[in-house]
Amino acid sequence: MRARPPLTRRRAAAVLGLLALATGLALLAGLAGGAARLPVARWLAAWSGGDPFARSVLLEIRLPRAFGAAVLGGALALAGGAFQALLRNPLADPYVLGVSGGAALGGVLALVAGAPAGAVPVAAFAGALATLILVERIATTDGRLSVYTLLLTGAIFNAFAAAVLFFLQSVASLEQLHSIVFFLMGRIPTLGGPRLAGLAGVALAVAAVLAFRARAFNALGLGEEGALQLGVDVERLKRETYVLGSLLTALAVAHAGMIGFVGLVVPHLLRLLFGPDHRLLLPASLLGGAAFLVLSDLAARTLVAPRELPVGVVTALVGGPFFLLLLRRRGSRV
Amino acid sequence: MTLSARELGFRYPSGGGVEALDLDVAPGEIVGILGPNGSGKSTLVRLLSGVLPPATGEVRLGGVPLGALSRREIARRVAVVPQEPSFELPFTALEIVLLGRHPHLAGIAFEAASDLEAARAALARVDASALAERPVGSLSAGERQRVMVARALAQSTPVLLLDEPSSFLDLRHQVELFDLVRALAAEGRAVAAVLHDLNLAAEYCDRVVLLADGRTAAAGPTAATLTYAHLTRVYGTEVYVDVNDLTGTLVVTPLSGRARARLAADSPRPPAAPRA
Repeated sequence: MRARPPLTRRRAAAVLGLLALATGLALLAGLAGGAARLPVARWLAAWSGGDPFARSVLLEIRLPRAFGAAVLGGALALAGGAFQALLRNPLADPYVLGVSGGAALGGVLALVAGAPAGAVPVAAFAGALATLILVERIATTDGRLSVYTLLLTGAIFNAFAAAVLFFLQSVASLEQLHSIVFFLMGRIPTLGGPRLAGLAGVALAVAAVLAFRARAFNALGLGEEGALQLGVDVERLKRETYVLGSLLTALAVAHAGMIGFVGLVVPHLLRLLFGPDHRLLLPASLLGGAAFLVLSDLAARTLVAPRELPVGVVTALVGGPFFLLLLRRRGSRV
Repeated sequence: MTLSARELGFRYPSGGGVEALDLDVAPGEIVGILGPNGSGKSTLVRLLSGVLPPATGEVRLGGVPLGALSRREIARRVAVVPQEPSFELPFTALEIVLLGRHPHLAGIAFEAASDLEAARAALARVDASALAERPVGSLSAGERQRVMVARALAQSTPVLLLDEPSSFLDLRHQVELFDLVRALAAEGRAVAAVLHDLNLAAEYCDRVVLLADGRTAAAGPTAATLTYAHLTRVYGTEVYVDVNDLTGTLVVTPLSGRARARLAADSPRPPAAPRA
């Protein structure tokens, strides 16, 4: 077993620098790869405006896709890392507390009601927020939020939402059914610049807030009472984390459906590699999730081009075996 | 910094709790909190550390009510060694000890070299330097207990609350731990310790509080309080209290059923072994 010295600012900066570099390279790869072949010479031409086709492929198709994948992947992995810290359970993922079920329900209801396409993410987000409030109310007794009740309530709400979704699908028309399946299946949407910037802003802001809570999450590793004795306002921490993580999850599901695995595996993997200190783990999850989803989306776009795989299929097919391999090799340290 | 509690009361919704407890722990003093299972010892510790809000009465730290202090301010003044620490993340022993610096750091801050020094010194004081980079999950119960004591030391607080700090320790580490606690008190800390071992209490505590059913059954200087009458009543079993010739401290021996039967039969010495 390799001894691990405590985290220092220098090591955290080095790891985050490397991950940022990896994310940058992943974004470049996301721009370079795709159904149409674009040699580097045409990139330059596209940049100077001499190649309108290359320009439109790069700037209108690949750039928003790659950035969308980066923002969503980062948000999901950060939410997963935050929920794993909150629930002190490395098996938690962004979908475990029910918000995803609420988002799916909201979006599908809008589809069945024949709402315009632009209203679907809005309805999904509204469904997620309603679920967030409901689950929080149920899990709170005497002003205390119980993470066990939270977990149970979330799981049961998800099961309930799944049943309602099946019901809605059974009464939907064939055409609606198609759009329902498409909405639920995880995929990277092509979003406009302002929307992307907004999502990135929210993800970065949440990451910043959580970074300030990182040492408190570490203290939570001694249990709630242990953290209290170290001066952590545990109730506030739990509530904040639940709301912020759910917010990220709600935004991700409303825009991209259910992309599995990113939020579970990325923080888990980074914990195996770099230890459990949340001062590194949470920002690293943001970057690692971004890089992972950009590359997964690249694979989804290119493996069976000109057709596309759902990106959620790729994340699970690639992430699963890789994760199990790592777990076998380092399992003793978790 | 003096820790004092007046008229402290708390009831768990499911029953049990404490009532009308008074306690004062002055700097330099070790006060033992004794009593049978379920008598409210751990509840008292939780009230004293502000983890539980009292239903009645109040706890004061250096004259300031706990309620007027933030969590962080309390954690800079009171460190707790819990009875059953939980370790839910794969931290190393040194990382656990460094958590003790949490109330002294602000923001995202990484520990400074001085924090790391304090943590290593704390580990050295509990004879656990060799464990520094081992994951806590791989440590024995006694080793974890020493790591938690080191964590409390790294918190560098004027008040120290120990809840059964020696339950998993071997003989040598028990003595070393309490010698350390004695030294910490001598440095000016106020120490309150929940203890099951009455002989350890007799050797190390300046004063003791005997709890029964959440109330104070007896309190005062150790030798005057650990009497046959008090102990027999509070613990509900016969004990024999003697003075150790060598150290001059009290020795409390619970009387077994066999010993009581012999006493009742008025034959205080065990029968001679039958000769072959």
